[in-house]
Amino acid sequence: MLILKLAFKNLYGAGLRTWLNVIALSFSYVAIIFLQGLYNCMNDQMTSVTLDAQYGGGQYWQQAYDPYDPLTLDDAHERLPRAFEGLISADKALPILIRQAAVYPNNRLQNTLLKGIKPDQTLLTLPTASLITTDPYIPALIGTRMAKSCGLNIGDFVTIRWRDANGTFDADEIKIVEIMKTAVSEIDNNQIWIPIEALWKMTSMPNEATLIVLEKGSDFSAPVPGWDHKNLDFLLQDIRSLVLTKSIGGSIFYLVLLLLAMLAIFDTQILSIFRRKKEIGTLMALGMTRNTLIRLFTIEGAMHAVLAAVAAMLYGGPFIGYMAFAGFGLPQSTDSFGFAMGDRLYPVFTIGLIAGTILLVLGVTTMVSYLPTRKIAKLNPTDALRGKLS
Amino acid sequence: MNHSYLIKTDQLTKTFPIGPTTLVALDNINIEFKKGEFAGLVGPSGSGKTTLLNIIGSLDTPSSGSMEVMGEKIETLSHKRAAGLRNQHIGFIFQTFNLLPVYTVFENVEFPLLLQNIHSSKRKKMVMDALEWVGLADRADSKPAQLSGGQSQRVAIARAIVKRPALVLADEPTANLDAKNSHNIMKTMIQLNENFQTTFIFATHDAKVMQYLKRIITLDDGIVQSDEMQAMAV
Repeated sequence: MLILKLAFKNLYGAGLRTWLNVIALSFSYVAIIFLQGLYNCMNDQMTSVTLDAQYGGGQYWQQAYDPYDPLTLDDAHERLPRAFEGLISADKALPILIRQAAVYPNNRLQNTLLKGIKPDQTLLTLPTASLITTDPYIPALIGTRMAKSCGLNIGDFVTIRWRDANGTFDADEIKIVEIMKTAVSEIDNNQIWIPIEALWKMTSMPNEATLIVLEKGSDFSAPVPGWDHKNLDFLLQDIRSLVLTKSIGGSIFYLVLLLLAMLAIFDTQILSIFRRKKEIGTLMALGMTRNTLIRLFTIEGAMHAVLAAVAAMLYGGPFIGYMAFAGFGLPQSTDSFGFAMGDRLYPVFTIGLIAGTILLVLGVTTMVSYLPTRKIAKLNPTDALRGKLS
Repeated sequence: MNHSYLIKTDQLTKTFPIGPTTLVALDNINIEFKKGEFAGLVGPSGSGKTTLLNIIGSLDTPSSGSMEVMGEKIETLSHKRAAGLRNQHIGFIFQTFNLLPVYTVFENVEFPLLLQNIHSSKRKKMVMDALEWVGLADRADSKPAQLSGGQSQRVAIARAIVKRPALVLADEPTANLDAKNSHNIMKTMIQLNENFQTTFIFATHDAKVMQYLKRIITLDDGIVQSDEMQAMAV
């Protein structure tokens, strides 16, 4: 307690030097907490949006299906297994058939994926209800990215060409009935969604699917011959890797900030020991042990982190509180980065994040503060009293 | 342990390496101090006064020979034990006062008691008593920067005697003070010596101090030239 009191008094007495360090260090707190909160939010939002629009509660893939290899699509289709009949009829599972196709917008050719989906499904947050129509044309749902790349608008007709189950090319016109705005580029880029029954007929692949999406929260994972169960850990690994990569990039920024603050603390400690040699000698003469002196100077340095936490709370608290409440809008160009996120980001600041950051900064500051104080252990009291470093 | 002497040296030698050579700061010193003495180490600069004072105060150790202070062999003391000896039994007064600038007068005087973990109410009384002795009770809340040289030295004296040490070591205590303040300071210390039987040892070459000393030990080139008792001139 005595040491704490002394350390606080010395820090307070050091005036501007202390406050400059405290302010620099408090920036580190706010930057770390804010950026980490942002990555938490990105992770949560990307995960949630992708689950809602694409992965549901897990998927079954036809064994030949590999989303990263379009050549597998020729074989990646199979009749819906009996095991799913009940789930599909109860809208707890959703079959999707994926075929390769070519679309000819504005007299040019573009390869695309034709995806068949039940128009009345409610399992994924896709506006498939717009595919329910009595028009004689094949209704098609596309995303904004696809619409932009093909120059298509609602009501446009466009020719598509595909191959049926026997490998025979066929072509027809589809009508764009809806352009959906989705944060998940994987269900948008180069993709056309049409009613699955139409696709079954077009490809002569009745009751077949490439993958089956389970409803969110489903615990169905029974082995089904010819189909592989993919749980959410597997499906979300790319997103998690992406957030991790972004998070590492962000960490470099705040590590630099932390490093600068630590440099200031280290410098202050060195300067403090250099300038206060006489004081150190006096404290030794008064009976303070070297270990107590080392503790005093280390705590003095570490208290920068405590004061900085208080300062960060004073100005950073309202700032991150406001950000968590109001969020901030993302520029439209964010889409081009391929992040599956909403229009606004609401950083997520958990108690764990705040406490962890405080502990991290406090730990690093204490270590950095301790290093220069080791000089005191070698200090001869008589030299110190003369203001000389031995 | 023989406690008839507060301090006793035996063939005390202190050397300092200076480049390839060695400087002999104290050469075979044999000297003794009893409780309640008011003595001074006098001599020109470089005669070894401060070195001897530092070894008595366990701030330094002998190169050879022995120094016993209150039954403790200085040459064998660990850092921690030496700090304990200083904290419990020895008070220091420095030429440049060495007050801690961020603390008030009260806190400066209180500091040695904090290290002894004395209870706050007792501590407060002891600090105020010490400030009364040096006539600065009304400046308890001042910072050292707000005090004159004489007042600063009186605060340093209060800090040295607040724990009622057996021994006070004063290194050129009047060197930065004018004649009037020097006399006041010396009178204060004589009173404390007489009231509490505290042993005072000075290192000085100031004639104003010497006239108050009851015993004068003259050092030159690290050797005791003379050791004489004197009737106080003042």
